[in-house]
Amino acid sequence: MKILLRFTPEIIQEPHIAEVILETGAKLNIDRASIDAVSGEVVIDVPDEKCDKVIKLFRSRGVVVSVLEHPIVLDEDECVQCGACISVCHIKALSFKEDWSITLDERRCNQCGACITACPHRALEFS
Amino acid sequence: MIIVTPRPQWTLPGSMPRLDSSSDFHLHQSNGRYLGITVSYKYYIKLLLCIMFERSIDEINQKIKDGSVHVVTAEQMTEIVDELGPKDAAREVDVVTTGTFGAMCSSGAFLNFGHSDPPIKMQRVWLNDVEAYAGLAAADAYIGATQLSESRGMEYGGGHVIEDLVAHKSIHLRAIAYGTDCYPRKNIETTITIDDLNQAIMMNPRNAYQRYNVATNSSDRTLYTYMGTLLPNCGNATYCGAGALSPLYNDPDFGTIGIGTKIFLCGTTGYITGEGTQHDPQNDFATLMVLGNLKEMSREFLRGATFYRYGTTLYVGLGIPVPILNENIAKKTGISDADIVTNVLDYASPRRTRPTLRKVSYEELKSGVIELDGKEVRTSPLSSFFMARKVASTLKHWIERGEFTISQPIEKLPTDTVFRPMKQIKETPLVKDVMSRKVTTIKKGKSIEDAAKLIMKGQFTHLPVISEDDRLIGIITAWDISKAVAQAKYDKLDRTMTRRVITATLDEPIDVTARKLEKYNISALPVIDKNRKVIGMITSDDISKLIAKRRGFTPRKSKISWAQKPKGFCPIETPKEEGGSREP
Ligand code: SF4
Ligand code: SF4
Repeated sequence: MKILLRFTPEIIQEPHIAEVILETGAKLNIDRASIDAVSGEVVIDVPDEKCDKVIKLFRSRGVVVSVLEHPIVLDEDECVQCGACISVCHIKALSFKEDWSITLDERRCNQCGACITACPHRALEFS
Repeated sequence: MIIVTPRPQWTLPGSMPRLDSSSDFHLHQSNGRYLGITVSYKYYIKLLLCIMFERSIDEINQKIKDGSVHVVTAEQMTEIVDELGPKDAAREVDVVTTGTFGAMCSSGAFLNFGHSDPPIKMQRVWLNDVEAYAGLAAADAYIGATQLSESRGMEYGGGHVIEDLVAHKSIHLRAIAYGTDCYPRKNIETTITIDDLNQAIMMNPRNAYQRYNVATNSSDRTLYTYMGTLLPNCGNATYCGAGALSPLYNDPDFGTIGIGTKIFLCGTTGYITGEGTQHDPQNDFATLMVLGNLKEMSREFLRGATFYRYGTTLYVGLGIPVPILNENIAKKTGISDADIVTNVLDYASPRRTRPTLRKVSYEELKSGVIELDGKEVRTSPLSSFFMARKVASTLKHWIERGEFTISQPIEKLPTDTVFRPMKQIKETPLVKDVMSRKVTTIKKGKSIEDAAKLIMKGQFTHLPVISEDDRLIGIITAWDISKAVAQAKYDKLDRTMTRRVITATLDEPIDVTARKLEKYNISALPVIDKNRKVIGMITSDDISKLIAKRRGFTPRKSKISWAQKPKGFCPIETPKEEGGSREP
C-alpha cells in the first residue's frame, strides 16, 4: 500500500523511517521524497500485512499519515485514450484494455510523475 | 455482312449483362449461312464490368435512402476481405468507414467577428491571449492550433482556444489597429462566444497523414518533442496514425477520395478541399486539406493539447467513407495493421534527415513493444485508437440512418507530388568554422589548484578533463572551482568536475550547438572527435559574434555565463523549429 508521510519542522530532523523499519521489520520502499530544511513529504510503499502497524507507529511519532488509495487520478473527461502516457511509465502501471481505453494499476504506481507531463491532455494529476 | 435484331428470348447466365439492342452485337451472315456473332465493344465492357463487379455512387446513395445500405468499418472490412476475398467482399459491402483521431498541428479556424462601433480594422488580435493571424479583411482572423498564449506559454494555445470555442465558453478578445479614415478605432477589448461569430470555419492545411514515422531517442538525455516525451537510450518509442483505420490507406490511389469528398470532421460533416501541404503520396505520406463548420463541431472529437516543452496542438477526429465501387477498392480497404510499415527514426539527431533504425509494422507497434537492437522497447500511440474507432463507427451510423450520403469527388488528388526540402541560399556554418582550435585540457588526477592556475593563465572559463589516453571524461569550470573553494573542499579534480559533459562535433551546424548552450544553460562546449579526443572549444561568444556578423552588425560584448550546469534542471524552453521534418 502507498502511504504519504508529512513531516513538520519540529520532527523533521529525527530518523523516523529508519526507526519504524527497525521496529516493525517492514520492508519499506521509498517511492518519492521531497524534503527541505523545514518540512518533508515522503511516499512509501508498505507491504499490506504490516500496514496497520507501520501507520500506527508513524502517527505515534507525530508524522501525519495519509493512505493513498488513488496515487494518481485520471480525469475521464479530459482523457482521450491516446496512450501517450503508457511508454513513459517505467513500472508499467499504465496500459491499454482490450478496447484501447487506458487503465491505471494503482497498486503499482509510485507517483514518479512522468505520465503527468507526458499527457498532452492534462488528464493525470497527483491526488 | 448484315446486321440483324436478336431474338429477345435469348438467355444468358444470371450474372451476365442482358443483351440490349442491335447495337450490342453483330450477327454475321453470308448468303443465308450462319457465320457467328461478334459482340460490340460496349457490350464487351459491360460484360467485363460484370465479371469485375461495379457499383456506382448513385446506387449506393439510393441504398442509403431506402435503408438497405451495408456499411462496415475499415477494421471489420479487413476481416471480411480476409474471409471472403475482395470479389465477394465487394458484392457484400457498399461503404467502408475509416477514422483517425490524433494531433494535427496544421489545423486552425477562420473566424469573423463582425464590426464594432466605431469600426476597427484589426491589425493584431488575441483570443484568450493567443494571437490569431489578422492579415485579412478588417474583422477576419485565422486562429492556428500551435500559437502559444502570451501569458500562459505552452500550457494554453490556439488548439485550446478552438476547443473552448466549440465548448461555447467565453473567450476574451483583444485587438489593436493603426486607425484609418474608414476604421478609426485603434483598440478593442470584449468577450465573445462562438455563437457571437458570423462564421467559424475550421480549415486545416494538413491533416490525416496516411502514416507517420516512429520516434525514439538514442541519446543519453530525455527529449521533449512533437512526438511526445522520448526517454533516453531508446527507453520508449512513440508513433501516430490509425493503422488499418487510416483514411488514406484505405484508398491510397484516390479512387474515391478527392476534392469535394464529404467526410466526418470533428463530429460534423466536413469536406476535402484538396491535397494537404507536404502531400507525398509516392512515399505513402499523403495528406489532406479539409474544411468544416466549427459551429457544428463537438468537443468529443476535437481537443486542444500540449506536448510538454514542445508546444500546443489540436487533436482532430477525421473519418472518410470509402464507397466500394469495385473489387479493386474492396481489396485496398482490406489492408491490415500488418501490411502498413513505417520507419523508426532516431530523434537524437536534430537534423532534417534523421537516421532510420529499422522498419516496423503497425501490428508490431500496436502490440505495445518493438524490438530495437535486441532490446524490448515500449511504445505509445499518440493518436487514440479508441477515438478513431468511435469516428469510424459514428460515421457508419450516420450512413446507416440515412443522415450522410456519399459524394462524388470533383477532382482527384494528385498522385505525383513530392515533398521537397526548403531551399536555403546560405550554407549553415558548422562548428569547425567557428570553434577555437587552441584548447587547454587537464589530465585527471590533477588538483583543483592546478586547474585554477591553468584557467587563470589561459583566461577562459571551461577546462576539459581528459584521461590518460586523451579521452574526454569531464569538464571543470571557474564556477566549479569557486564553489569548491567556498565550501573548502580542495578535492581531486575528479570529484568536482561534471562527468556528463555536453559536447559538440566538427560537422554540427552551429544552430544545433546554440540550442544545446541555451537548453542546458551553459556557455561553452568541448568539440570532440569520434574517439572523444578534444579538438576544440566553442563558446556562446563565438556563436553570437557569428550570428551578429551574419546579420551585419557588431555585437556588444556579451556577458559570460559562469554557470556550467544546473544539474538535472532544465529551464522551460521556447520551442524551436527542428529542421524540415514532417510534423503531425
Ligand atoms: S506516476 Fe509514474 S509510476 Fe505512476 S503511473 Fe505515472 S508514470 Fe507510472
Ligand atoms: S496520455 Fe493522457 S489523454 Fe492520453 S491516455 Fe494517458 S491520460 Fe489519457
